[in-house]
Amino acid sequence: MKKDDNIKTVAAVGLAVDEKLRVLKHVLQPRQLTGTEKRICIVTGTHGDELEGQYVCYELNRIIQEQIECLKGIVEIYPALNPLGVDSISRGIPMFDLDMNRIFPGSEEGSVAEHVAARIVQDIAGADLCIDIHASNIFLREVPQARVNVNVAHNLLPFATRLNLDFVWVHAAATVLESTLAHSMNSIGVPTVVVEMGVGMRITEHYGHQLTDGILCVMKDLGIWDGEVIEPKKPIVSEDGEVGFVNANAPGIFLPCVEHWKNVEKGQLIGRILNPLDGTVEEPVCAPIGGRLFTLREYPVVSCGSLIARVLGGEFA
Amino acid sequence: MRKEKIFTLKNNYRDDMNIYGYRFGRGDKAACIVGSIRGNEVQQLYICSQLVKALKELEEKGAIVHDNEILVIPSVNHSAMNIGKRFWATDNTDINRMFPGYHAGETTQRIAAGVFQAIQGYSFGIQFPSFYIPGDFVPHVRMMDTGFQNASLANLFGLPYVVIRKPRPIDTATLNYNWQVWNTNAFSIYTSATSHIDEPSARMAVSSVLRFLTRMGILRYTSHSGYIASVIHEDDLTNVKNDLPGLYRRHMEPGQEVHRGDVLASIIDPMEGEIISQILSPTDGIVFFAHHAPTVMEGTIIFKIIRRLHE
Repeated sequence: MKKDDNIKTVAAVGLAVDEKLRVLKHVLQPRQLTGTEKRICIVTGTHGDELEGQYVCYELNRIIQEQIECLKGIVEIYPALNPLGVDSISRGIPMFDLDMNRIFPGSEEGSVAEHVAARIVQDIAGADLCIDIHASNIFLREVPQARVNVNVAHNLLPFATRLNLDFVWVHAAATVLESTLAHSMNSIGVPTVVVEMGVGMRITEHYGHQLTDGILCVMKDLGIWDGEVIEPKKPIVSEDGEVGFVNANAPGIFLPCVEHWKNVEKGQLIGRILNPLDGTVEEPVCAPIGGRLFTLREYPVVSCGSLIARVLGGEFA
Repeated sequence: MRKEKIFTLKNNYRDDMNIYGYRFGRGDKAACIVGSIRGNEVQQLYICSQLVKALKELEEKGAIVHDNEILVIPSVNHSAMNIGKRFWATDNTDINRMFPGYHAGETTQRIAAGVFQAIQGYSFGIQFPSFYIPGDFVPHVRMMDTGFQNASLANLFGLPYVVIRKPRPIDTATLNYNWQVWNTNAFSIYTSATSHIDEPSARMAVSSVLRFLTRMGILRYTSHSGYIASVIHEDDLTNVKNDLPGLYRRHMEPGQEVHRGDVLASIIDPMEGEIISQILSPTDGIVFFAHHAPTVMEGTIIFKIIRRLHE
């Protein structure tokens, strides 16, 4: 593991045999500090099978260090909140039952994972913005999008709409989501935008570039960066738009026949669930509403209930 | 005894998963008992199988009080159990975090919805779950503090302890929580084991359920009176953590009385064999929970102690 004065340990826990679990961050800051700099935290790797954020972390590190004279604020990059999970291709924290993104804000008195969660929250506290990058899971591909809880939408939309994303999904609140990192940070006054993009266990390079460009735009808006930036995309913002869910009603192999992030008509065939044993079509899968297909099944094997697609209702150019 | 399919999940590469219910008696929905929801809950499955066996014999003897129906669902997730997994076989989701479920949702939401539909409307709901921190417990009844819970009813199981847990957001999707919200008096019973069969605590669990059903007027059965439980709040338990990681040697067992300064466990250097730390009890009390794995990370909750309680 590399040593560098700017690489800081956020949390460290001794493992049984000669090793420590370490949550690390890279702190990038101007050579001369005035004490009034704004701070942005880029966090990812909460789920060990979501890797899209790894490339974004690399690219941000590279670009900022190549133009360090343009850096006017503090950028903290946390590539792996769940480093053992990333290393071992495990979505959760190895040897721990609960989803790491369901134990925030954590507790110093609790289990090891809850202690690590508490340290992460303490470390990010006070930042001016946090971007929490996720990558769906191994089953579904997502177009680059922000997920924003309706209760904090007014705070987050100014950031979420400048991140060069295709879509901002303002979703309803749910009790179970009160234990996410984003909820915990937002409730202590750190605006935290959750980004979902790509698919688990893979890196989609152009999505990484797209989000990196967007983060630089937001950094410029905040006065953290004064290098060249692009004009970010204007995302589709769904505040009250209907979202149609498509779930498999038969087990088998799903083969799509539409492209991701394209418009579909109500009733249009999205794909078919096939039976490889007897050569039959178990289920033709159709769009429940007309609109834009923003989630599409990537992993072919499906069970009854497996999510196949999500469609944002409406007419889009 | 009537055996019926509660829910079927069709599969392509393996047999369909059928969830079975066993009904005893006829009439009002008196009590429902749910066993293994995770694939490693073998003890929970065993306890339910023994309950099915006992209730079958009792029903044949006419011991179920008129106008009462008891439903037992021993296994909800044998698709995972059969392949050595704890959570759902394909996507690793936890069915016990999916209640009340959704019939048109994802696979485990559909399973939860199918089960929940069958188990609603009972006066009493009894579940045999396992805890998210692995280790050994004193047998106890656990309830969520939803505002609907009734600790004095939990006492009627005759187990040594009743624990009240303040629910966190993630708990709001468990069976116990949702049963209570949907007007069933819900109890979770924890024994001393999960992934192996512990016969004495399994027998204790079976007896406790039969005792409870008898006391609620559902069953005619003569049993020992059991314990008058101590009611404790989970937040009042003293957590004991280890300062160093390494190999773990336990010196105290669940249920044992300890005094302040007693050695609860030793941590051994995994390479050199020396004892590098001794974990002392910070209080007098009874051991409620003890870590059981042979290795331990730094800062693990290795003991939970009921403060200032004596045998």
